Amino acid sequence: MIGYVNRVIDHSLVDGPGNRTAIFFQGCQFNCRYCHNPETLHRCVGCGRCEAVCPVGALHLENGKMHWNAALCCGCDACIKACPNTSSPKITEYTPEALAEKVQANMPFIRGITCSGGECTLQAEFMAALFALTKPMGLSNLIDSNGTMDFAQNQWLLENADGVMLDIKCFDEEQHKMLTGQSNRMVLQNAVWLAERGLLPEVRTVIVPGLLPNEDTVNRVSRLLAPYQEAAPIRYKIIAYRPMGVRSEYSHYPTPTKAELAALKAAAEQNGMKTVVTV
Amino acid sequence: MITLSDKQAEILHIIKDTTLTHEQTMMALAKAAENTLDYPDVPADFYDLQEKGVICDMGEGHAPYAPRYILPDYEKFFAQGSKFLRLDPPKDLYEAVSDLLILYHHVPSVTHFPVYIGRIDKLLDPFITDEAAAKPIIKNFLRQIDRTVTDSFCHGNIGPEDTRAGRIILECERELQDSTPNLTLLYNPEKTSDEFAVLCTETALDCAKPSFAYDPQFASEFPTPYGIASCYNGLPIGGGAYTLTRLMLNKLVETAASKQDFFERALPHAVETMCRFMDQKIRFLVEETPFFSCNFLVKEGLLQRDRFNGLFGMVGMNECVNALMKLEGREDRFGYSAQADDLGLAILQAIDEQVKAHKNPYCEYWNGSFILHAQVGLADDQNVTPGTRIPIGEELPLYEHMRQAGKFHKFFPSGTGDIFPFDMTSAGNPEAVLDVIKGGFKVGMRYISTYSSDSDVIRITGYLVKRSDIEALEQGRQVVNDTVVLGMGAKKNCHVYERKVRSL
Repeated sequence: MIGYVNRVIDHSLVDGPGNRTAIFFQGCQFNCRYCHNPETLHRCVGCGRCEAVCPVGALHLENGKMHWNAALCCGCDACIKACPNTSSPKITEYTPEALAEKVQANMPFIRGITCSGGECTLQAEFMAALFALTKPMGLSNLIDSNGTMDFAQNQWLLENADGVMLDIKCFDEEQHKMLTGQSNRMVLQNAVWLAERGLLPEVRTVIVPGLLPNEDTVNRVSRLLAPYQEAAPIRYKIIAYRPMGVRSEYSHYPTPTKAELAALKAAAEQNGMKTVVTV
Repeated sequence: MITLSDKQAEILHIIKDTTLTHEQTMMALAKAAENTLDYPDVPADFYDLQEKGVICDMGEGHAPYAPRYILPDYEKFFAQGSKFLRLDPPKDLYEAVSDLLILYHHVPSVTHFPVYIGRIDKLLDPFITDEAAAKPIIKNFLRQIDRTVTDSFCHGNIGPEDTRAGRIILECERELQDSTPNLTLLYNPEKTSDEFAVLCTETALDCAKPSFAYDPQFASEFPTPYGIASCYNGLPIGGGAYTLTRLMLNKLVETAASKQDFFERALPHAVETMCRFMDQKIRFLVEETPFFSCNFLVKEGLLQRDRFNGLFGMVGMNECVNALMKLEGREDRFGYSAQADDLGLAILQAIDEQVKAHKNPYCEYWNGSFILHAQVGLADDQNVTPGTRIPIGEELPLYEHMRQAGKFHKFFPSGTGDIFPFDMTSAGNPEAVLDVIKGGFKVGMRYISTYSSDSDVIRITGYLVKRSDIEALEQGRQVVNDTVVLGMGAKKNCHVYERKVRSL
């Protein structure tokens, strides 16, 4: 079994509680306009276009497969800019054992791992195999997901998981389709199903003035989830859109003001959410 | 030969120094007077090694008349009051803080200020009846310490347990943003709640204190209750340290022709000479000065002579290892190669064995031996790294750095420590920073400090200074705390502002 991983961050404090190793899987079925890591959207198809732009010769195509030499790489990201496929040649293939070993090297400084992406549930079997290895190490396992996989129908994935952090990008379905290209029905269904079971430690909404009905989303998400906080705390993280890393055609949206964020936080609290943070 | 007119010029220079407060002038004059005496009967080789910069007496002066570090038994003081100071045991919080402030005034040390002010949370907590009423009293207590103990080598301890007083102290420190007192949490995973530890981390990321000492380690080494004093020095309560002398490993290695010569001649000779030098200082202090026979702290049982010890300090492990590797024709550097680190450990092992074998009649507490101390540096140190640290500018990735440091910390019950500043994003997630600190203890570290990249109060090497005070002093203005001078020197010579800021 092979996992396709865009990046491993050995210590991350923005991907769940405490200090965690964050694993960013390659590939996502959403296509959010404001995606901050569009190079994680698709698997590499081996077109070879990046090889020509690499200034240090760290890439070469062999039998239709791109090989990346990490030791030579200067990190300029020219390859990512040249990719016509919103992908990256810098993808590492791991077995669950090899990735678990990489995680273990960060102990005892981390309390757990967070699988993110891309969309990590697209590689659910690999992730479950990884969790089965990291759980006995005493680590907590979190899933950071766009909520498209039906967790109620795939409970095997949660067997060794400690919770799912969910993005609720937009509550209105039509607007959600406009933003991501996909419906959000499963996302909302998952949110409730996970919250009922105390498996939803965090939900996030990115605030993009002028693009999304931000207030509507924050209000409806907080009303939807407030009743379930008894099962386990649910942190609502309201994130300001920032243009860093966003594709140029979508990078013109304004960043919300501090006052806008504070008003949204207040609204979520008014609706009964006990822990609301803005970043 | 120093002449009388040289001495007069020195004294006039002190008197005319515009940057010294009145108190600082007096202390400088006292030191100048003391140093008109010769050292007590020190070994002949000492002067040679001092000249070469191999042994440094830490500016203690030629004729020590009080122990360098003193940790009075404040619990005992509270229980019995003081005849000498005409104080009864305190009955309420007002009396408790007032009595402590009175006693602090009478606790000497190498800085003439108390280097240890007690487990202040435990001392004050029993007197708290109403938390809201207690807070302004405790805040004024801490403020008074900062403005009157005008030297940052002054240390209070909190924990391991969570107390109301402990929480109030943390809250006040965040509001005060003062450099004094330095503060350490005695962290013990069995006794310190995560909630309290997170609160301490949050506070540290706001005002550079408290630091974290690994209580299970210290408690297993000290046969009686210990405290953290001065920079980060573990010492017995009711005792302390007679003296601290340091071996400059960076200079010592320059006197060696080869690795073999270093281990067989240079190192043992320097260790022996330094031990004998310390013997003489301790003998002078115990036998010729009236401190242990006349001082009320001893007479009233707040100090016991047999709980004092000599601290055998060292700096420059990094430079020493790198130079020895070079003598062997290798380029491996300390922190970056297993062989270089092993060489460091071998040096430390050799020092440890020789120091343990040397017996001093007045060091009963530690089996007749001196205790090793990783000295944190002096402001005018140049091209020498504190203790066994990796130098600023050469820091390793965070986890690797902590693992490396963990191999060396176990040798130093009387003090060592590493400092890891974090960026502002990390400061927003103290739980994560605490995870890292806990990890550090698990890989063998005993003492960890942190602050955030935009704090005003920052840790220089072991002590704390306000950046804004350094700026004032750089502009030639007087500042109330004398340690700022050291901070200014360390900024220039030791690049403390360039310390690697960690992000998680």
